[in-house]
Amino acid sequence: MTSTTSAPPAQQPKSRPGDRIFAGTAKGAGILILVILAGVAVFLISESVPALTASADEIPGDGGLASYIGPLIFGTLLSAVIALLVATPLAVAIALFITFYAPRKLAAGLGYVVDLLAAIPSIVYGFWGIFWLAPRLVPFYRWLEENLGFIPFFAGPVSSTGRTMLTIGLVLAVMILPIVSAISREVFSQVPTLHTEAALALGATRWEMIKMAVIPYGKSGVIGGSMLGLGRALGETMAVAIILSGSAAGITWALISSANPQTIAANIALQFPESTGLAVNTLIASGLALFVITLLVNMLARWVVNRRSDFSGAN
Amino acid sequence: MAKRIDVSDLDIYYGNFKAVEGVNLSIEPRSITALIGPSGCGKSTFLRALNRMHEVIPGARVEGKVVIEGQDLYGSDVDPVDVRRQIGMVFQRPNPFPTMSIYDNVAAGLRLNAKKTSKSDMDDLVERSLKGANLWNEVKDRLNRPGSGLSGGQQQRLCIARAIAVQPEVLLMDEPCSALDPISTLAVEDLMMELKEQFTIVIVTHNMQQAARVSETTGFFNLNGVGQPGRLIEYNPTEKIFSNPDEKATEDYISGRFG
Repeated sequence: MTSTTSAPPAQQPKSRPGDRIFAGTAKGAGILILVILAGVAVFLISESVPALTASADEIPGDGGLASYIGPLIFGTLLSAVIALLVATPLAVAIALFITFYAPRKLAAGLGYVVDLLAAIPSIVYGFWGIFWLAPRLVPFYRWLEENLGFIPFFAGPVSSTGRTMLTIGLVLAVMILPIVSAISREVFSQVPTLHTEAALALGATRWEMIKMAVIPYGKSGVIGGSMLGLGRALGETMAVAIILSGSAAGITWALISSANPQTIAANIALQFPESTGLAVNTLIASGLALFVITLLVNMLARWVVNRRSDFSGAN
Repeated sequence: MAKRIDVSDLDIYYGNFKAVEGVNLSIEPRSITALIGPSGCGKSTFLRALNRMHEVIPGARVEGKVVIEGQDLYGSDVDPVDVRRQIGMVFQRPNPFPTMSIYDNVAAGLRLNAKKTSKSDMDDLVERSLKGANLWNEVKDRLNRPGSGLSGGQQQRLCIARAIAVQPEVLLMDEPCSALDPISTLAVEDLMMELKEQFTIVIVTHNMQQAARVSETTGFFNLNGVGQPGRLIEYNPTEKIFSNPDEKATEDYISGRFG
Protein backbone atom coordinates (compact mmCIF):
# COMPACT_ATOMS: atom_id res chain seq x y z
CA MET A 1 0.00 0.00 0.00
CA THR A 2 2.95 2.33 0.56
CA SER A 3 4.26 2.06 -2.93
CA THR A 4 2.11 3.47 -5.65
CA THR A 5 4.66 2.97 -8.39
CA SER A 6 4.19 -0.78 -8.38
CA ALA A 7 0.46 -0.45 -9.01
CA PRO A 8 -0.45 -1.62 -12.50
CA PRO A 9 -1.13 1.26 -14.87
CA ALA A 10 -4.80 2.10 -15.21
CA GLN A 11 -6.20 -0.08 -17.93
CA GLN A 12 -6.89 1.91 -21.06
CA PRO A 13 -10.44 1.20 -22.21
CA LYS A 14 -10.34 -0.14 -25.72
CA SER A 15 -11.30 2.72 -27.99
CA ARG A 16 -13.62 1.84 -30.80
CA PRO A 17 -13.92 3.88 -34.01
CA GLY A 18 -17.65 4.51 -33.44
CA ASP A 19 -17.01 5.97 -29.99
CA ARG A 20 -14.18 8.15 -31.29
CA ILE A 21 -16.26 9.49 -34.17
CA PHE A 22 -19.22 10.25 -31.91
CA ALA A 23 -17.06 11.88 -29.23
CA GLY A 24 -15.28 13.94 -31.86
CA THR A 25 -18.53 15.08 -33.49
CA ALA A 26 -20.07 16.01 -30.16
CA LYS A 27 -17.00 17.90 -29.07
CA GLY A 28 -16.79 19.66 -32.41
CA ALA A 29 -20.44 20.72 -32.24
CA GLY A 30 -19.92 22.06 -28.72
CA ILE A 31 -16.88 24.07 -29.74
CA LEU A 32 -18.65 25.37 -32.86
CA ILE A 33 -21.34 26.99 -30.69
CA LEU A 34 -18.71 28.83 -28.68
CA VAL A 35 -16.86 29.90 -31.82
CA ILE A 36 -20.05 31.28 -33.39
CA LEU A 37 -20.97 33.14 -30.21
CA ALA A 38 -17.48 34.58 -29.90
CA GLY A 39 -17.49 35.49 -33.59
CA VAL A 40 -20.77 37.40 -33.25
CA ALA A 41 -19.51 39.21 -30.17
CA VAL A 42 -16.21 40.13 -31.81
CA PHE A 43 -17.98 41.38 -34.93
CA LEU A 44 -20.44 43.50 -32.92
CA ILE A 45 -17.73 45.01 -30.75
CA SER A 46 -15.27 45.74 -33.54
CA GLU A 47 -17.95 47.29 -35.74
CA SER A 48 -19.31 49.43 -32.91
CA VAL A 49 -15.94 50.86 -31.97
CA PRO A 50 -16.15 53.76 -34.46
CA ALA A 51 -19.54 54.74 -33.03
CA LEU A 52 -18.35 54.31 -29.46
CA THR A 53 -15.33 56.53 -30.01
CA ALA A 54 -17.01 59.14 -32.24
CA SER A 55 -17.79 62.57 -30.87
CA ALA A 56 -21.39 63.32 -29.91
CA ASP A 57 -22.23 65.53 -32.90
CA GLU A 58 -21.29 62.85 -35.45
CA ILE A 59 -23.93 60.44 -34.16
CA PRO A 60 -27.38 60.62 -35.87
CA GLY A 61 -29.82 62.62 -33.86
CA ASP A 62 -28.40 65.06 -31.42
CA GLY A 63 -26.87 64.36 -28.06
CA GLY A 64 -24.51 61.48 -28.76
CA LEU A 65 -24.64 57.71 -28.59
CA ALA A 66 -26.21 57.34 -25.15
CA SER A 67 -29.18 59.52 -25.95
CA TYR A 68 -29.58 57.69 -29.29
CA ILE A 69 -29.52 54.15 -27.89
CA GLY A 70 -31.07 54.88 -24.49
CA PRO A 71 -34.67 55.35 -25.69
CA LEU A 72 -34.27 52.35 -28.01
CA ILE A 73 -33.24 50.13 -25.08
CA PHE A 74 -36.12 51.52 -23.10
CA GLY A 75 -38.60 50.85 -25.89
CA THR A 76 -37.27 47.33 -26.39
CA LEU A 77 -37.55 46.44 -22.72
CA LEU A 78 -40.92 48.10 -22.26
CA SER A 79 -42.57 46.30 -25.19
CA ALA A 80 -41.05 42.95 -24.16
CA VAL A 81 -42.09 43.34 -20.53
CA ILE A 82 -45.67 44.22 -21.50
CA ALA A 83 -45.72 41.14 -23.72
CA LEU A 84 -44.40 38.96 -20.91
CA LEU A 85 -46.85 40.31 -18.33
CA VAL A 86 -49.77 39.60 -20.65
CA ALA A 87 -48.57 36.30 -22.09
CA THR A 88 -47.26 34.43 -19.04
CA PRO A 89 -50.48 34.21 -16.98
CA LEU A 90 -52.44 33.42 -20.12
CA ALA A 91 -49.97 30.75 -21.21
CA VAL A 92 -49.94 29.13 -17.76
CA ALA A 93 -53.74 29.13 -17.70
CA ILE A 94 -53.88 27.56 -21.17
CA ALA A 95 -51.31 24.95 -20.16
CA LEU A 96 -53.20 24.08 -16.97
CA PHE A 97 -56.48 23.85 -18.85
CA ILE A 98 -55.01 21.56 -21.49
CA THR A 99 -53.19 19.37 -18.97
CA PHE A 100 -55.77 19.03 -16.22
CA TYR A 101 -59.21 20.23 -17.22
CA ALA A 102 -59.88 19.71 -20.89
CA PRO A 103 -61.35 16.42 -22.09
CA ARG A 104 -58.62 14.40 -23.77
CA LYS A 105 -59.74 14.99 -27.39
CA LEU A 106 -60.20 18.72 -26.94
CA ALA A 107 -56.83 18.95 -25.18
CA ALA A 108 -54.97 17.45 -28.11
CA GLY A 109 -56.69 19.75 -30.60
CA LEU A 110 -56.22 22.83 -28.49
CA GLY A 111 -52.53 22.11 -27.93
CA TYR A 112 -52.11 21.76 -31.67
CA VAL A 113 -53.82 25.09 -32.34
CA VAL A 114 -51.63 26.90 -29.81
CA ASP A 115 -48.51 25.39 -31.37
CA LEU A 116 -49.78 26.54 -34.74
CA LEU A 117 -49.64 30.15 -33.54
CA ALA A 118 -45.86 29.73 -33.48
CA ALA A 119 -45.85 28.82 -37.15
CA ILE A 120 -47.37 32.13 -38.29
CA PRO A 121 -44.65 34.37 -39.80
CA SER A 122 -44.03 37.56 -37.88
CA ILE A 123 -44.83 39.71 -40.92
CA VAL A 124 -48.35 38.28 -40.84
CA TYR A 125 -48.65 39.25 -37.20
CA GLY A 126 -47.51 42.68 -38.29
CA PHE A 127 -50.32 43.01 -40.83
CA TRP A 128 -52.85 41.60 -38.41
CA GLY A 129 -51.72 44.06 -35.77
CA ILE A 130 -51.84 47.13 -37.96
CA PHE A 131 -55.00 46.44 -39.97
CA TRP A 132 -57.13 44.50 -37.52
CA LEU A 133 -56.04 44.90 -33.93
CA ALA A 134 -54.84 48.52 -33.78
CA PRO A 135 -58.06 50.20 -35.03
CA ARG A 136 -60.16 48.03 -32.71
CA LEU A 137 -58.08 49.06 -29.71
CA VAL A 138 -58.55 52.79 -30.23
CA PRO A 139 -61.97 53.05 -28.50
CA PHE A 140 -60.59 51.03 -25.63
CA TYR A 141 -57.60 53.38 -25.36
CA ARG A 142 -59.97 56.37 -25.34
CA TRP A 143 -61.83 54.78 -22.45
CA LEU A 144 -58.56 54.15 -20.61
CA GLU A 145 -57.51 57.77 -21.03
CA GLU A 146 -60.85 59.10 -19.81
CA ASN A 147 -61.08 56.86 -16.78
CA LEU A 148 -57.52 56.00 -15.87
CA GLY A 149 -55.68 58.94 -17.45
CA PHE A 150 -54.22 59.94 -14.08
CA ILE A 151 -51.95 56.88 -14.30
CA PRO A 152 -48.84 57.86 -16.33
CA PHE A 153 -49.23 54.72 -18.48
CA PHE A 154 -52.54 55.90 -19.84
CA ALA A 155 -51.76 59.59 -20.21
CA GLY A 156 -53.09 61.25 -23.38
CA PRO A 157 -53.30 62.27 -26.06
CA VAL A 158 -54.50 58.93 -27.39
CA SER A 159 -53.09 57.79 -30.70
CA SER A 160 -55.77 57.92 -33.39
CA THR A 161 -54.27 54.98 -35.26
CA GLY A 162 -53.75 52.69 -32.28
CA ARG A 163 -50.18 51.98 -33.35
CA THR A 164 -48.89 52.34 -29.83
CA MET A 165 -46.58 50.71 -27.34
CA LEU A 166 -49.47 48.83 -25.72
CA THR A 167 -50.64 47.49 -29.09
CA ILE A 168 -47.20 46.15 -29.92
CA GLY A 169 -46.97 44.67 -26.41
CA LEU A 170 -50.21 42.79 -27.04
CA VAL A 171 -49.13 41.57 -30.48
CA LEU A 172 -45.81 40.39 -29.04
CA ALA A 173 -47.75 38.65 -26.27
CA VAL A 174 -49.68 36.65 -28.86
CA MET A 175 -46.41 35.85 -30.62
CA ILE A 176 -44.65 34.48 -27.53
CA LEU A 177 -47.75 32.72 -26.20
CA PRO A 178 -47.03 29.42 -28.03
CA ILE A 179 -43.51 28.95 -26.73
CA VAL A 180 -44.39 29.85 -23.15
CA SER A 181 -47.49 27.67 -23.09
CA ALA A 182 -45.76 24.74 -24.85
CA ILE A 183 -42.99 24.68 -22.26
CA SER A 184 -45.42 25.15 -19.37
CA ARG A 185 -47.54 22.32 -20.70
CA GLU A 186 -44.50 20.11 -20.97
CA VAL A 187 -43.43 20.65 -17.35
CA PHE A 188 -46.98 20.38 -16.01
CA SER A 189 -47.47 17.05 -17.74
CA GLN A 190 -44.25 15.82 -16.14
CA VAL A 191 -45.43 16.38 -12.59
CA PRO A 192 -45.10 12.91 -11.04
CA THR A 193 -48.38 11.12 -10.31
CA LEU A 194 -46.98 10.52 -6.84
CA HIS A 195 -47.18 14.23 -6.06
CA THR A 196 -50.60 14.84 -7.55
CA GLU A 197 -51.97 11.79 -5.73
CA ALA A 198 -50.35 12.94 -2.49
CA ALA A 199 -52.32 16.16 -2.74
CA LEU A 200 -55.58 14.47 -3.77
CA ALA A 201 -55.29 11.92 -0.96
CA LEU A 202 -55.11 14.79 1.55
CA GLY A 203 -58.49 15.91 0.31
CA ALA A 204 -57.38 18.56 -2.14
CA THR A 205 -59.74 19.66 -4.89
CA ARG A 206 -58.31 19.77 -8.36
CA TRP A 207 -57.42 23.45 -8.08
CA GLU A 208 -55.83 22.90 -4.65
CA MET A 209 -53.89 20.00 -6.10
CA ILE A 210 -52.59 22.29 -8.83
CA LYS A 211 -51.57 24.93 -6.28
CA MET A 212 -49.95 22.38 -4.00
CA ALA A 213 -48.16 20.04 -6.34
CA VAL A 214 -48.23 21.22 -9.94
CA ILE A 215 -47.34 24.90 -9.88
CA PRO A 216 -44.46 24.60 -7.38
CA TYR A 217 -43.05 21.72 -9.39
CA GLY A 218 -43.40 23.49 -12.71
CA LYS A 219 -42.39 26.96 -11.57
CA SER A 220 -38.81 26.88 -12.77
CA GLY A 221 -39.91 25.48 -16.12
CA VAL A 222 -42.47 28.25 -16.51
CA ILE A 223 -39.82 30.84 -15.71
CA GLY A 224 -37.49 29.26 -18.24
CA GLY A 225 -40.25 29.30 -20.86
CA SER A 226 -41.09 32.95 -20.17
CA MET A 227 -37.45 33.88 -20.56
CA LEU A 228 -37.35 32.18 -23.94
CA GLY A 229 -40.46 34.15 -24.83
CA LEU A 230 -38.83 37.33 -23.54
CA GLY A 231 -35.86 36.62 -25.76
CA ARG A 232 -38.15 36.38 -28.77
CA ALA A 233 -40.03 39.53 -27.81
CA LEU A 234 -36.78 41.49 -27.37
CA GLY A 235 -35.51 40.51 -30.79
CA GLU A 236 -38.79 40.72 -32.73
CA THR A 237 -38.25 42.96 -35.72
CA MET A 238 -40.84 42.86 -38.50
CA ALA A 239 -44.03 43.07 -36.47
CA VAL A 240 -42.70 45.98 -34.45
CA ALA A 241 -41.32 47.76 -37.49
CA ILE A 242 -44.72 47.58 -39.18
CA ILE A 243 -47.01 48.33 -36.28
CA LEU A 244 -45.28 50.73 -33.94
CA SER A 245 -45.34 54.32 -35.05
CA GLY A 246 -42.05 55.10 -33.43
CA SER A 247 -40.85 58.61 -33.12
CA ALA A 248 -38.02 60.34 -31.38
CA ALA A 249 -40.19 60.45 -28.32
CA GLY A 250 -37.41 59.71 -25.89
CA ILE A 251 -38.21 57.83 -22.74
CA THR A 252 -41.90 57.95 -22.00
CA TRP A 253 -44.17 55.74 -19.91
CA ALA A 254 -47.24 56.65 -21.92
CA LEU A 255 -48.39 53.43 -23.53
CA ILE A 256 -51.33 54.65 -25.59
CA SER A 257 -50.15 57.94 -27.04
CA SER A 258 -48.78 58.48 -30.53
CA ALA A 259 -45.31 59.31 -29.22
CA ASN A 260 -43.51 56.03 -28.68
CA PRO A 261 -39.88 55.03 -28.42
CA GLN A 262 -38.83 52.58 -31.13
CA THR A 263 -37.28 49.20 -30.31
CA ILE A 264 -33.69 48.31 -31.18
CA ALA A 265 -34.45 45.57 -33.68
CA ALA A 266 -37.18 47.51 -35.50
CA ASN A 267 -35.05 50.63 -35.56
CA ILE A 268 -32.19 48.76 -37.20
CA ALA A 269 -34.53 47.30 -39.81
CA LEU A 270 -36.04 50.70 -40.59
CA GLN A 271 -32.85 52.75 -40.60
CA PHE A 272 -30.35 50.37 -42.12
CA PRO A 273 -31.29 50.79 -45.84
CA GLU A 274 -30.69 54.51 -45.68
CA SER A 275 -27.60 54.51 -43.51
CA THR A 276 -24.00 54.89 -44.48
CA GLY A 277 -20.72 55.32 -42.68
CA LEU A 278 -20.91 56.09 -39.02
CA ALA A 279 -24.72 55.66 -38.96
CA VAL A 280 -24.24 51.96 -39.71
CA ASN A 281 -21.73 51.68 -36.87
CA THR A 282 -24.25 53.34 -34.59
CA LEU A 283 -26.90 50.82 -35.55
CA ILE A 284 -24.46 47.98 -34.89
CA ALA A 285 -23.68 49.49 -31.50
CA SER A 286 -27.41 49.35 -30.72
CA GLY A 287 -27.31 45.72 -31.83
CA LEU A 288 -24.50 45.13 -29.36
CA ALA A 289 -26.72 46.59 -26.64
CA LEU A 290 -29.49 44.14 -27.63
CA PHE A 291 -27.00 41.27 -27.52
CA VAL A 292 -25.91 42.23 -24.01
CA ILE A 293 -29.51 42.62 -22.84
CA THR A 294 -30.43 39.17 -24.11
CA LEU A 295 -27.38 37.70 -22.43
CA LEU A 296 -28.31 39.38 -19.13
CA VAL A 297 -31.91 38.18 -19.39
CA ASN A 298 -30.69 34.62 -19.88
CA MET A 299 -28.32 34.85 -16.91
CA LEU A 300 -31.08 36.31 -14.77
CA ALA A 301 -33.39 33.45 -15.77
CA ARG A 302 -30.77 30.89 -14.82
CA TRP A 303 -30.21 32.58 -11.50
CA VAL A 304 -33.95 32.63 -10.77
CA VAL A 305 -34.30 28.97 -11.72
CA ASN A 306 -31.32 27.86 -9.62
CA ARG A 307 -32.08 29.97 -6.59
CA ARG A 308 -34.31 27.40 -4.96
CA SER A 309 -32.96 24.30 -6.62
CA ASP A 310 -33.06 22.47 -3.26
CA PHE A 311 -36.82 22.67 -3.44
CA SER A 312 -37.17 22.08 -7.16
CA GLY A 313 -38.05 18.42 -6.93
CA ALA A 314 -35.11 17.50 -9.13
CA ASN A 315 -33.28 15.81 -6.27
CA MET B 1 -62.22 8.91 15.75
CA ALA B 2 -61.59 5.42 14.48
CA LYS B 3 -64.49 4.10 12.49
CA ARG B 4 -65.79 0.79 11.28
CA ILE B 5 -65.88 0.02 7.57
CA ASP B 6 -68.45 -2.30 5.98
CA VAL B 7 -68.01 -3.32 2.37
CA SER B 8 -70.76 -5.22 0.62
CA ASP B 9 -70.83 -6.71 -2.90
CA LEU B 10 -68.18 -4.33 -4.15
CA ASP B 11 -67.24 -4.58 -7.83
CA ILE B 12 -64.57 -2.24 -9.17
CA TYR B 13 -64.20 -1.42 -12.86
CA TYR B 14 -61.64 0.35 -15.01
CA GLY B 15 -63.76 1.24 -18.01
CA ASN B 16 -65.27 -2.07 -19.09
CA PHE B 17 -62.64 -4.13 -17.33
CA LYS B 18 -63.77 -5.60 -14.04
CA ALA B 19 -60.74 -5.47 -11.76
CA VAL B 20 -62.28 -6.63 -8.48
CA GLU B 21 -65.45 -8.63 -7.96
CA GLY B 22 -67.84 -9.29 -5.12
CA VAL B 23 -65.93 -8.14 -2.04
CA ASN B 24 -67.74 -8.43 1.29
CA LEU B 25 -65.92 -7.62 4.50
CA SER B 26 -66.08 -5.62 7.72
CA ILE B 27 -63.09 -3.81 9.10
CA GLU B 28 -63.05 -3.27 12.86
CA PRO B 29 -62.14 0.14 14.31
CA ARG B 30 -58.82 0.49 16.13
CA SER B 31 -57.29 -2.50 14.43
CA ILE B 32 -54.86 -3.24 11.64
CA THR B 33 -56.24 -5.15 8.70
CA ALA B 34 -53.74 -6.54 6.20
CA LEU B 35 -54.52 -7.33 2.57
CA ILE B 36 -52.22 -9.83 0.91
CA GLY B 37 -52.18 -11.55 -2.46
CA PRO B 38 -50.20 -11.83 -5.67
CA SER B 39 -49.50 -8.80 -7.87
CA GLY B 40 -52.42 -7.68 -9.99
CA CYS B 41 -55.04 -9.32 -7.78
CA GLY B 42 -56.77 -6.03 -7.05
CA LYS B 43 -55.84 -5.45 -3.43
CA SER B 44 -54.42 -1.98 -4.12
CA THR B 45 -57.41 -1.18 -6.30
CA PHE B 46 -59.68 -2.26 -3.46
CA LEU B 47 -57.72 -0.13 -0.99
CA ARG B 48 -57.96 2.90 -3.25
CA ALA B 49 -61.70 2.34 -3.58
CA LEU B 50 -61.98 2.83 0.18
CA ASN B 51 -61.18 6.55 -0.13
CA ARG B 52 -62.27 6.98 -3.73
CA MET B 53 -58.71 7.54 -4.91
CA HIS B 54 -59.15 5.05 -7.73
CA GLU B 55 -61.47 7.59 -9.38
CA VAL B 56 -58.40 9.62 -10.25
CA ILE B 57 -57.92 7.19 -13.14
CA PRO B 58 -60.36 8.08 -15.94
CA GLY B 59 -63.11 5.50 -16.39
CA ALA B 60 -62.76 3.93 -12.95
CA ARG B 61 -66.02 3.26 -11.09
CA VAL B 62 -67.52 0.93 -8.53
CA GLU B 63 -70.73 -0.95 -7.92
CA GLY B 64 -71.75 -2.01 -4.44
CA LYS B 65 -71.46 -0.32 -1.08
CA VAL B 66 -68.74 1.00 1.16
CA VAL B 67 -70.20 2.20 4.45
CA ILE B 68 -68.20 3.96 7.14
CA GLU B 69 -70.14 4.22 10.41
CA GLY B 70 -73.44 4.32 8.56
CA GLN B 71 -72.28 6.78 5.89
CA ASP B 72 -72.28 5.46 2.33
CA LEU B 73 -69.06 6.66 0.67
CA TYR B 74 -70.58 6.34 -2.76
CA GLY B 75 -73.86 8.09 -1.97
CA SER B 76 -74.93 10.51 -4.68
CA ASP B 77 -74.47 13.53 -2.42
CA VAL B 78 -71.01 12.56 -1.18
CA ASP B 79 -68.05 14.60 -2.45
CA PRO B 80 -64.92 12.48 -2.97
CA VAL B 81 -62.86 15.39 -1.66
CA ASP B 82 -64.63 15.12 1.71
CA VAL B 83 -64.14 11.35 1.73
CA ARG B 84 -60.40 11.77 1.28
CA ARG B 85 -60.25 14.30 4.10
CA GLN B 86 -61.68 11.67 6.43
CA ILE B 87 -59.68 8.75 5.12
CA GLY B 88 -55.95 9.33 4.87
CA MET B 89 -53.61 7.45 2.62
CA VAL B 90 -49.91 6.55 2.60
CA PHE B 91 -48.42 5.40 -0.69
CA GLN B 92 -45.96 2.77 -1.78
CA ARG B 93 -43.18 5.22 -2.53
CA PRO B 94 -42.63 8.08 -0.08
CA ASN B 95 -44.07 11.19 -1.71
CA PRO B 96 -43.45 14.31 0.35
CA PHE B 97 -44.00 17.47 -1.70
CA PRO B 98 -40.48 18.20 -2.95
CA THR B 99 -41.08 21.91 -3.18
CA MET B 100 -42.15 22.21 0.45
CA SER B 101 -40.21 22.20 3.67
CA ILE B 102 -40.72 19.47 6.25
CA TYR B 103 -42.94 21.83 8.23
CA ASP B 104 -45.04 22.77 5.22
CA ASN B 105 -45.44 19.15 4.23
CA VAL B 106 -47.04 18.32 7.56
CA ALA B 107 -49.11 21.50 7.49
CA ALA B 108 -50.27 20.96 3.89
CA GLY B 109 -53.40 19.02 4.75
CA LEU B 110 -54.37 21.40 7.52
CA ARG B 111 -54.05 24.38 5.24
CA LEU B 112 -56.53 22.79 2.85
CA ASN B 113 -59.20 23.04 5.52
CA ALA B 114 -60.25 26.58 4.89
CA LYS B 115 -60.44 27.63 8.53
CA LYS B 116 -57.56 29.80 9.68
CA THR B 117 -55.19 28.30 12.18
CA SER B 118 -52.95 30.53 14.25
CA LYS B 119 -49.20 30.15 13.94
CA SER B 120 -48.83 28.69 17.42
CA ASP B 121 -51.68 26.20 16.93
CA MET B 122 -50.10 25.17 13.65
CA ASP B 123 -46.72 24.74 15.35
CA ASP B 124 -48.35 22.54 17.98
CA LEU B 125 -50.11 20.42 15.40
CA VAL B 126 -46.99 19.95 13.31
CA GLU B 127 -45.02 18.99 16.40
CA ARG B 128 -47.71 16.59 17.59
CA SER B 129 -48.03 14.94 14.17
CA LEU B 130 -44.27 14.56 13.78
CA LYS B 131 -44.07 13.12 17.29
CA GLY B 132 -46.93 10.81 16.40
CA ALA B 133 -44.92 9.60 13.41
CA ASN B 134 -41.77 9.15 15.56
CA LEU B 135 -39.94 11.68 13.45
CA TRP B 136 -39.83 14.76 15.66
CA ASN B 137 -36.45 14.13 17.24
CA GLU B 138 -34.82 13.56 13.89
CA VAL B 139 -36.14 16.66 12.15
CA LYS B 140 -36.91 19.25 14.85
CA ASP B 141 -33.75 21.22 14.04
CA ARG B 142 -34.38 21.37 10.30
CA LEU B 143 -38.09 21.91 9.87
CA ASN B 144 -37.42 24.45 7.16
CA ARG B 145 -35.31 22.15 5.01
CA PRO B 146 -36.92 20.36 2.04
CA GLY B 147 -38.63 17.08 2.86
CA SER B 148 -36.92 15.44 -0.08
CA GLY B 149 -33.60 15.70 1.75
CA LEU B 150 -34.61 13.03 4.27
CA SER B 151 -33.85 9.33 3.95
CA GLY B 152 -36.49 7.06 2.43
CA GLY B 153 -37.69 5.79 5.80
CA GLN B 154 -37.84 9.31 7.21
CA GLN B 155 -39.73 10.50 4.13
CA GLN B 156 -42.28 7.73 4.60
CA ARG B 157 -42.77 8.69 8.24
CA LEU B 158 -43.08 12.30 7.10
CA CYS B 159 -45.89 11.17 4.78
CA ILE B 160 -47.52 9.38 7.71
CA ALA B 161 -47.21 12.55 9.78
CA ARG B 162 -48.82 14.49 6.96
CA ALA B 163 -51.66 11.98 6.76
CA ILE B 164 -52.37 11.90 10.51
CA ALA B 165 -52.06 15.68 10.90
CA VAL B 166 -55.58 16.09 9.54
CA GLN B 167 -56.92 13.61 12.13
CA PRO B 168 -58.47 11.17 9.68
CA GLU B 169 -60.78 8.39 10.80
CA VAL B 170 -59.12 5.70 8.75
CA LEU B 171 -55.56 5.35 7.51
CA LEU B 172 -54.97 3.38 4.31
CA MET B 173 -51.44 2.21 3.58
CA ASP B 174 -50.49 0.87 0.16
CA GLU B 175 -47.32 -1.21 0.64
CA PRO B 176 -45.83 1.50 2.82
CA CYS B 177 -42.59 -0.38 3.46
CA SER B 178 -41.85 -1.87 0.08
CA ALA B 179 -39.30 0.85 -0.76
CA LEU B 180 -37.69 0.83 2.69
CA ASP B 181 -34.81 -1.03 4.27
CA PRO B 182 -35.49 -3.44 7.19
CA ILE B 183 -34.65 -0.92 9.91
CA SER B 184 -36.93 1.75 8.47
CA THR B 185 -39.57 -0.93 7.96
CA LEU B 186 -39.38 -1.80 11.64
CA ALA B 187 -39.73 1.88 12.55
CA VAL B 188 -42.87 2.17 10.40
CA GLU B 189 -44.30 -1.07 11.83
CA ASP B 190 -43.74 0.13 15.40
CA LEU B 191 -45.46 3.32 14.43
CA MET B 192 -48.44 1.42 13.03
CA MET B 193 -48.82 -0.47 16.33
CA GLU B 194 -49.02 2.89 18.13
CA LEU B 195 -51.34 4.47 15.59
CA LYS B 196 -53.92 1.73 15.80
CA GLU B 197 -54.84 3.01 19.28
CA GLN B 198 -56.42 5.97 17.46
CA PHE B 199 -57.03 4.99 13.86
CA THR B 200 -58.48 2.19 11.83
CA ILE B 201 -55.61 1.01 9.66
CA VAL B 202 -55.81 -0.98 6.44
CA ILE B 203 -52.50 -2.02 4.91
CA VAL B 204 -51.67 -3.70 1.62
CA THR B 205 -48.44 -5.65 1.80
CA HIS B 206 -46.43 -8.17 -0.17
CA ASN B 207 -44.48 -9.05 2.91
CA MET B 208 -46.31 -11.88 4.65
CA GLN B 209 -44.16 -11.67 7.75
CA GLN B 210 -45.23 -8.06 7.99
CA ALA B 211 -48.89 -9.00 7.74
CA ALA B 212 -48.35 -11.64 10.43
CA ARG B 213 -46.48 -9.23 12.70
CA VAL B 214 -48.75 -6.22 12.66
CA SER B 215 -52.30 -7.18 11.72
CA GLU B 216 -55.26 -8.58 13.64
CA THR B 217 -57.18 -9.55 10.54
CA THR B 218 -55.93 -10.59 7.12
CA GLY B 219 -57.68 -10.69 3.78
CA PHE B 220 -56.28 -12.81 0.95
CA PHE B 221 -57.00 -11.65 -2.61
CA ASN B 222 -56.45 -13.81 -5.63
CA LEU B 223 -57.47 -14.06 -9.27
CA ASN B 224 -58.21 -17.11 -11.33
CA GLY B 225 -56.24 -16.01 -14.36
CA VAL B 226 -55.07 -13.08 -16.43
CA GLY B 227 -57.99 -10.85 -17.42
CA GLN B 228 -60.17 -12.27 -14.64
CA PRO B 229 -61.34 -10.02 -11.81
CA GLY B 230 -59.63 -10.31 -8.44
CA ARG B 231 -61.66 -11.75 -5.56
CA LEU B 232 -61.41 -11.81 -1.83
CA ILE B 233 -60.70 -15.50 -1.20
CA GLU B 234 -60.47 -15.54 2.54
CA TYR B 235 -60.93 -13.01 5.32
CA ASN B 236 -60.07 -14.24 8.80
CA PRO B 237 -58.09 -13.41 11.95
CA THR B 238 -54.41 -13.25 11.07
CA GLU B 239 -53.50 -16.12 13.39
CA LYS B 240 -55.95 -18.39 11.64
CA ILE B 241 -54.84 -17.36 8.15
CA PHE B 242 -51.22 -18.11 8.92
CA SER B 243 -51.77 -21.36 10.86
CA ASN B 244 -54.93 -23.03 9.66
CA PRO B 245 -56.57 -21.18 6.75
CA ASP B 246 -60.00 -22.24 5.53
CA GLU B 247 -59.06 -22.18 1.87
CA LYS B 248 -56.54 -24.34 0.06
CA ALA B 249 -55.48 -21.35 -2.13
CA THR B 250 -54.60 -19.29 0.93
CA GLU B 251 -52.46 -22.05 2.34
CA ASP B 252 -50.67 -22.51 -1.00
CA TYR B 253 -49.95 -18.81 -1.25
CA ILE B 254 -48.70 -18.46 2.30
CA SER B 255 -46.51 -21.54 2.18
CA GLY B 256 -45.02 -20.41 -1.12
CA ARG B 257 -46.46 -23.23 -3.19
CA PHE B 258 -48.31 -20.74 -5.29
CA GLY B 259 -47.30 -19.78 -8.80
